[in-house]
Amino acid sequence: MRVIIAGAGQVGTRVAAALDTNHDIVMIDVNTDRIDRLRYDLDVLTVPGDSSAIETLREAGIEDADILIASTDSDEINIITCGTAKALTDVTTVARVKDLKYIDTWDQAENVFDVDFMVGSNLLTVAAAAGGIGLPAAQNFDVFAGGTVQMAEFEIKPDSPILGQTISEADAYDALTFAVIFRNGATIFPTGKTRIQPGDDVVVTGRPDSVHSFGTELAPRKTGPQNVLIIGGSDTGYHTARLLEERGLSPHLIETDADRARELSERLSATTVRNKDPTDRDFLENERMADVDVVVAALAHDSEENLLAALRAKREGADQSVAIVDHGEYVDLFEDAGVDIAVNPRRATAREIIEFVRDQDTQNVALLEDNQAEVIEIRIDTDSVLAGRPISEAVDDLPEDVVIGALTRNGSYRMPRGDTVIEPGDHAVILADSDIVEDTIERL
Amino acid sequence: MQVSVNWRQSVALVGTVLKYLAVTMALPLSVAIIYGSDRLVFLVSIAMTAALGLALERLEDNSDLGLEEALLFVTLAWVGVSVGGTIPYLLAGMGTQSTVGLALGSPSALFNSFVNALFESTSGFTTMGATVLSEISFERHSHALLMYRQLTQWLGGMGIIVLMVAILPELAVNGAQLISAEAPGPELQKLTPKIAETARILWLVYTGFTVLLICLLYGLHLLGWAPNMNLYNAIAHGFTTLPTGGFSPQAESTAAFSPAVQWLVIPFIIVAGTNFALFYFVLHGQYLDVFRNREFQGYIGAIGGVTLLLWGLLFTGAAPPLELGGVTRGIAENSLRQALFQTVTLLNSTGYATSDFAQWSEWAQVLLLGVMFIGGSAGSTGGGIKIIRWLVLLKAARRQLSTTVYPDVVEPVKLGGRIVDEDVVRGVFSFTFLYLFIFGVSTVVIALDASRVGLSLTTIEALSASIATIGNIGPGFGLLGPFGSYLSFPATSKLLMIVLMWLGRLEVIPMLVLFTRLFWEW
Repeated sequence: MRVIIAGAGQVGTRVAAALDTNHDIVMIDVNTDRIDRLRYDLDVLTVPGDSSAIETLREAGIEDADILIASTDSDEINIITCGTAKALTDVTTVARVKDLKYIDTWDQAENVFDVDFMVGSNLLTVAAAAGGIGLPAAQNFDVFAGGTVQMAEFEIKPDSPILGQTISEADAYDALTFAVIFRNGATIFPTGKTRIQPGDDVVVTGRPDSVHSFGTELAPRKTGPQNVLIIGGSDTGYHTARLLEERGLSPHLIETDADRARELSERLSATTVRNKDPTDRDFLENERMADVDVVVAALAHDSEENLLAALRAKREGADQSVAIVDHGEYVDLFEDAGVDIAVNPRRATAREIIEFVRDQDTQNVALLEDNQAEVIEIRIDTDSVLAGRPISEAVDDLPEDVVIGALTRNGSYRMPRGDTVIEPGDHAVILADSDIVEDTIERL
Repeated sequence: MQVSVNWRQSVALVGTVLKYLAVTMALPLSVAIIYGSDRLVFLVSIAMTAALGLALERLEDNSDLGLEEALLFVTLAWVGVSVGGTIPYLLAGMGTQSTVGLALGSPSALFNSFVNALFESTSGFTTMGATVLSEISFERHSHALLMYRQLTQWLGGMGIIVLMVAILPELAVNGAQLISAEAPGPELQKLTPKIAETARILWLVYTGFTVLLICLLYGLHLLGWAPNMNLYNAIAHGFTTLPTGGFSPQAESTAAFSPAVQWLVIPFIIVAGTNFALFYFVLHGQYLDVFRNREFQGYIGAIGGVTLLLWGLLFTGAAPPLELGGVTRGIAENSLRQALFQTVTLLNSTGYATSDFAQWSEWAQVLLLGVMFIGGSAGSTGGGIKIIRWLVLLKAARRQLSTTVYPDVVEPVKLGGRIVDEDVVRGVFSFTFLYLFIFGVSTVVIALDASRVGLSLTTIEALSASIATIGNIGPGFGLLGPFGSYLSFPATSKLLMIVLMWLGRLEVIPMLVLFTRLFWEW
């Protein structure tokens, strides 16, 4: 495929490096020095210029391109680039945005911005940063459809309350689907009668609150991290707090700027927003850190401060520390230094885009149990076998071992039941055996 | 000094190149079978070259080159094929009158014969085109050996490294670096995202033009307009026109053929000195891009201007009546053809000749000497300084004048509406300086070395020997004239010239970096 990447920053370069052996890559950037260097580092064609200009896109051969990835530093330029490209040809467009409001718009409105796939670096950061917080037993965790759908994998312990129950008995939640069970290396697509055995790995998809209550029920005695301290009221910090609220937690959030703190407190409900300077030496000492289970350092654009805050919090007694790293190369360094989880927005974004390109029509892909099964998020269009039919009817046209794990319509969660009619434009989260995933994607 | 360059990797890859060189020798082998001479020579040459290649390949398995290893590989590959390419000359000439054949008589004879063979081989691969054969004839050398000589130029023309990148997938990773070290011109021009595909396109265009020329030449022969241009000659000249080579199996070079052949060859010589990327654009229907290309305009303009001047000189009798390719005063077609042919062939470093211009008037000779400094286009097979560098130099010099008048003037160097990066401008200045510096020093060394052995050399002969070797042109003036030979130079001068040919082919800098401390140390 011919892939045009606009913006040769960390994300663009990482994506190009992952794809240049199998695809024809053209990279656009305004910075000629940056792009000159790439010409030798990667097997790509380089075009200097502004990607939102029609002339630059033409020079990059937009007419022959299959995918356009807009990953410059500016959300607006990325969206305009996609729009400009679509005006010229029906290329598949991917835009990387930081601001979640664009993701919300794109999720909820039909065919907006001419963006076929939008990757929110902040959304991904939040998902990775919040990770398993509040889901103590979860082994694997991912978000789909802009965070409306969560997927988690749980190991069933011998003392688990749902042990020995059938799926229909265990499923006491209004928005949860038991998608896949991995048992002794085999992949089982459960029916209502499937019995849960010890040692099973159960993958559930559903609305965040349902996934969360399921997780708490599975491990009632293991008290999950209740006290979360978020340092920094950046966009990432805010959305992390919001996500944790959805999981029923009440985090504390520290923000230096009084106005920003005020604004955050208005937008968050269960979070305690505090106006303090987190880099102040006394602060962490006075705070009873021993009671804090997780510290999330999410100060905007300041990797070093995040590192120091996370390390100091740990030293004062916090159990776990998460830090946002601005530079992808520093992730390992941070983790070596003692931060438990270092999250790099750009790495996560690049990974997401790479997966998208590799699996062109699917939007979000996750692998389970060493590639035994794949989770794909797909936007249903009119010629899909799922469109306009009840699920019970449509599954006959799909291979066996395919589960529709979740549905979202206009940004809100829908429980996929046998009689649910899927409409074009819906996002479906589908789990399938790895061997048949290609076939499935084709029919969808 | 601790060597930090993994030279084994580079040398092992040179082994791979030699392995493929052995494969290409199948062509002269088949010629040998057809004409029934030198069969054993080429069988043994193939075996020896392949064995050498396979042995070197065993040095290292990992072909994932770093920048230093890539640069080292490019130079070593050219040295390697030049040395490996001597084998057929040495073997075929063993025990004969040949000046390039292995002479076992005495150590000095052995050394001289090896230097001669290396000169001939290097002159082939670097597409210089001068010879040290005492006599070019089928009585002295077999059809197979002379065809091999033509083939070396064809292989070297578009570039051995470009060919390797096109066929070896493991070189794609560093392909851009490798090709930019070999390809003529100040900047790498990629046509497609994949460097290996760009390399394949360049070789395809190159092969396409070669095949077209061979067909047309043989077509002329079949039509009866080119009596001497039999199939053998058609293939032989097809092999050396597109690489701006200049070798010919005929002692009289292109002068041995009819005016129709000479007229036909002229456009192909012009094509050989044109940026091959332009033909890719033509294939994609972007005809206008070709004519809007500043370098192409400059190239055609230079050819046109010099031809007109020379035409005037020849028309008024700058050339004496010659036995070979005589120019008759006052005949328009004849003087135009001779002026145009000599201009294109020397301007872009081909080195064919249709007239013994070494006997032309001093005015005409000085004009041709000047033409030798121009060179072909970037991305062509031509040698020399190159049109694009001259354009950049002239524009940068003009900017210097502007800043003298208004010190605060901001004026980027532009070519055809595109801004030339300041790094490139600086690179062009350094290249041109080094090129001219090496040319100057070599002229002096060649002149002194000649007087050491009692060979009398005029100034224009010494100047032309130096520029013709570093510019990969071939013929010079005086005894180095188009139908002359470099044989009479002492071995020391020949060795210097061999290095100059490599320097000229790789455009000086990629080879010179190997002689810096920084390259080898950490």
